Parts: sequence; structure tokens; C-alpha cells
Amino acid sequence: MSDIIVAEGLVKNYGDVVALDGLDLHVPEGTVYGLLGPNGAGKTTAVRILTTLLDPDAGSASVAGFDVVKKPNAVRRVIGLTGQYAAVDEYLTGRENLRMFGDLYHLDPRYVKERSQELLERFDLADAADRSLRTYSGGMRRRLDLAASLIAKPQVLFLDEPTTGLDPRSRIGLWEVITDLVADGTTVLLTTQYLEEADQLAEEIVVIDHGRVIAKGTSDALKDQVGGDRLEVVIGTSEALGRAAEVLRSVASGEIVTNAESRTVIAPVSGGSTVLIEAVRALDAAHVPVVDVVLRRPTLDDVFLALTGHVAEEAS
Amino acid sequence: MSATAIPTRRRPIIGWGLHDGLVVARRNLIQTIRVPELLFFSIVQPVIFVLLFAFVFGGAIPIPGSDPTVVPDAIVYRNYLMPGIFGQTVAFASAASTVGLAEDMHRGIIDRFRSLPMAAGGVLIGRTFADATRQVLVLFVLSITGFIIGWRINNGILNAIYAYLLLLLFAYTVSWIGSWIGLYMPNPETAQTAGLVWLFPLTFLSNAFVPISSMPAWLQPIAQWNPISSLVLATRELFGNPTGIIGDAWPQQHPFAYTIISCVVLVAIFAPLAVRRYRHATAR
Repeated sequence: MSDIIVAEGLVKNYGDVVALDGLDLHVPEGTVYGLLGPNGAGKTTAVRILTTLLDPDAGSASVAGFDVVKKPNAVRRVIGLTGQYAAVDEYLTGRENLRMFGDLYHLDPRYVKERSQELLERFDLADAADRSLRTYSGGMRRRLDLAASLIAKPQVLFLDEPTTGLDPRSRIGLWEVITDLVADGTTVLLTTQYLEEADQLAEEIVVIDHGRVIAKGTSDALKDQVGGDRLEVVIGTSEALGRAAEVLRSVASGEIVTNAESRTVIAPVSGGSTVLIEAVRALDAAHVPVVDVVLRRPTLDDVFLALTGHVAEEAS
Repeated sequence: MSATAIPTRRRPIIGWGLHDGLVVARRNLIQTIRVPELLFFSIVQPVIFVLLFAFVFGGAIPIPGSDPTVVPDAIVYRNYLMPGIFGQTVAFASAASTVGLAEDMHRGIIDRFRSLPMAAGGVLIGRTFADATRQVLVLFVLSITGFIIGWRINNGILNAIYAYLLLLLFAYTVSWIGSWIGLYMPNPETAQTAGLVWLFPLTFLSNAFVPISSMPAWLQPIAQWNPISSLVLATRELFGNPTGIIGDAWPQQHPFAYTIISCVVLVAIFAPLAVRRYRHATAR
């Protein structure tokens, strides 16, 4: 399988601000590739360069074999872009929007007509197709925006924070659509600051911060990098906290952390649910009052925190 | 690598630049129809100017070279004023281009357009074309307003058509300047102001509202070489309206030729500047 997006040593500065600091990317064809990072990490700058909107100060990039600086029009023919805001025309109807973008891709008008209808139905917009976008909800606009970037059946689709500002239901709806696309063989480069989103959609994830890659791999590999499962036990009384830590030492695979304020004991464990049962039995035998017990895999939030020293949302 | 081949269009005879321009112009004109408020206010503004100048200043501004015993001063001024208002109105068409492009950038639509394999000039050709086309309706309503207060076309229909065409050419020209400015704007609010600010000195330092001969001597050359003055003077001559005293400067002696030359030169300067800027314009 060949890499359909290749970026090597991309550098971009805005005055004194370093947006990209030697970014490398290799995206295999037919995958969903997640570009994860906090605000200001350089995600959007990377997408802008790859979609020919911005020239890099140094480094090179190609999409489907075409250099983004030297052959921008060839790149534009094979890509679709959905940005952070629904970049569709407010005053046109859904169908008119799709027609306009199809015409500007220089597609055959009959094909545009058929393809528009197909996309409107697929994205659940057929009923609203001939209404002005001013009557559309945020979720509908995003879906139309996505439909517009699919009009020419792009080989590579860039989704720059496609669900920012959407309500949870619309977000899940959009995820389903994206999953379908990849089944058709489209390569998707997805940027997001929602770790859950990357977890849901992306097979491969790169984490970027301050304009460079700080980690990459599958979601599971990244979580393993941070550590295995963790057992979190919330204790009923503060006095029992020390006792609980003592008991859990027998099942823990590493150092135990106690938090007096939240009366929580966190123990790294290995062995899955058998450890959970073992731990509950031991705690019960020692008469420790247990309020809550959870066995959890590290989330990408934990990954992020471990890698960057700050959580995804708060950074800027 | 590519999936099923997607049927594309053959290159049209008019070329991709014009094709894309017409696609974008259609979009902008649909916008005009669907937001009648915008059109309404772009018509109301010059109508208010007509009424203000005709009734507030009208009696106070005598037009040299006319005989008040034949036609009253107020009516002469109204006939002198209307081509001035026409000229001012088409000049202000550029502000619509400034604001329109700033809005498109702000909403990320320019980013989307720039990620398409379309002609680089397409968006700007469409914008300028649509903004100039909108002036047809504005000029029509203004002409009727003028007619009601006593303005007349006195030099035949053919010359009147030339006058209107010259005004539209000028609207198209300044739309390129307005577009170029719009592509530098950080947001639509700034564009509102920046799109207008240069137009006030430009239109008032001309013969649009008062005769150049009434200005201080040092200002007169500026007003005489101002393309708006030649546009307005040419329009006055074509409509057969009073012209006041025509200056000695070449643009005053050859207003029609000077206006055409100005338009050609300005488009030749600002269209490439705007397209170059467009290639790097991006939402912030």
C-alpha cells in the first residue's frame, strides 16, 4: 500500500510564531488518518499547505503524487476540503450549492445533477434540497459542506475539525457518514481536538504539538505507550484510604497513587477483568467501604496529557 | 489509482476564466435577488442623495453658462446634478465588492474556492461582473427618480445608451479596485469602512455636485484629472445636460476618451493585483 499523502519537513512561520516546525506525514491510501493536537498545534496550517491554500516556508509535500507547490491544480482535482466552518453559500439552496461547486470542478452538468441528487439523499438532505441554507440547522450545513467536497469523488478528503460546534447527535451522524466514505476507498485526513473523535474514526493517529509530531501509531498503541489498564477505586471514608492502598498493592502491577481529596486509589493493573474481581474480593475481606470501582483503559486524553503535559482542550 | 472516471466538461469556447466567472456571478446575483434588503438600500442611498442635493443645495449652486431667465436655476441644477449622482453611485459600487469579498473570506468560502481546480481569476471576474450588473437596476430606479424631479434626456436615445454603458464600464472598473481592497480586509466590519473611505474624497473632488470653476485654484487641476469628473462630464454631454464651464485640461476637453482610457488602465493595474492577492488570500 502506497502513501497517498507525503509531507517532509514542513515549516511555516507567521512572523515570530512557529506554526509548523518540521512536520512529517505519511498517510497510506484508503485509511482515515487522524491529526490530533490542541488549538494552535499547527493542524490547520498543515491542512492548508496540503490543500494548496498556503505555501510552506520549507519542506515539501505531495498529494496523490502531485507536489502541492508545483502542481496545485493537479492536487485540487483529486482532493475535497471541508473546513472548520461550513463554507457553503447562505443564500443558495442545497442543490444550487452543489451545482455551483460541481460546475467549478468543471464536471459534466448531467453528472453534477445526478451526483447532487445522490449526495442529497445520502446525507439526508433530499427534503431540504430546494430550500435556502438560511433555513438549515448547523448539522445540515455541515452535511451539505461535506457533500460539496464529495461532488467530484475525491481520492483524498481533508476534514479540518469537521464536527467543531456540532451537537452530539449531529456529530455521531457525521461520524457515520465519514465511516461510509472510507468503505468506498476514499483516504481521509481528519484533524480534531476531540480525542474521542480520533479514537472512533482514525486507524492511524499522529499527535502534533508546537508544529511537530510528538507521537504516532494506532489508538491502542498510543494508549499502551502511556501504560496499560488502571483500576480506580473510590473509598467511602478517608480513614480507609491507606488500608485500601495496602490491599490493592497485592493486585497492582506498578506504583499506586492515592488522592485524598477525591478519596480515590488508582492502581495500574494487568490481566483485565479477573484483576477486578480479585481486587473487589480483597477489599471486601479487609472491610474497606467501596463507593465505586472502575477498570479503565487510558483514554486519548491520558495519552495527550502524558505526551504534552497539558490536556487537549485547555491549551492554546 | 483513480476510481471510476468522472465525466468532465470540455473546455468552453469562452475559456475557463469566463466560465468560472459566470458561475460565480450567477451565485452573486442569486444572492442579490434573495436578499432584497441589500438591493433596496443600495438604491435608497443614491435616491436620498438626489433629493438632498436637489432640494437642500439646489438653489445655492448656480451653474455657470446657463440663463436663469430661460430655465430656473433649481431645474438647471437638477439636470446638472443627475449625471453627478450617476457617477457617484457607480463609483460606490466598488464598496459592494470590498464587503462581498471580505465576507466570502470570513466565511471560508474563498478557501473552498481556492481548493477547487478553477481558474484563479474566476471568483473575481464573477464578483466584479455581478456588482456591475446590479448597477443596471440601480441606474434605472435613479433615472426614474431624476425624471420625476425634472431631469431630462435631451440628446437622443442612442447617446443616452452610450452614457449608461460608460457608467457601467466605470462600475466594473472600480469593482476591481474594491475587490483588491476587499482581499486585504481582516473582517467584513473593517471592509464596510475601508470600502467607502476613499470614495468620498474621490467623488467630492470632482464636478459631480459643484462646478470645478467654483473650487480653489489649487484644487482645480486635481478635480479636472479625476476620472470621475471626466465620467460625469462625458455623461452630461451624452445626456444633453448642462456641463458648466469646461476646463482646459485634456481630460475636460476629451472626457469620453479619457474615461475609457482610465478604465482600461485601472483594470490593467488592479485586476492583476487583485488576482495575485487572491492566490494568497485565506480566511483568518
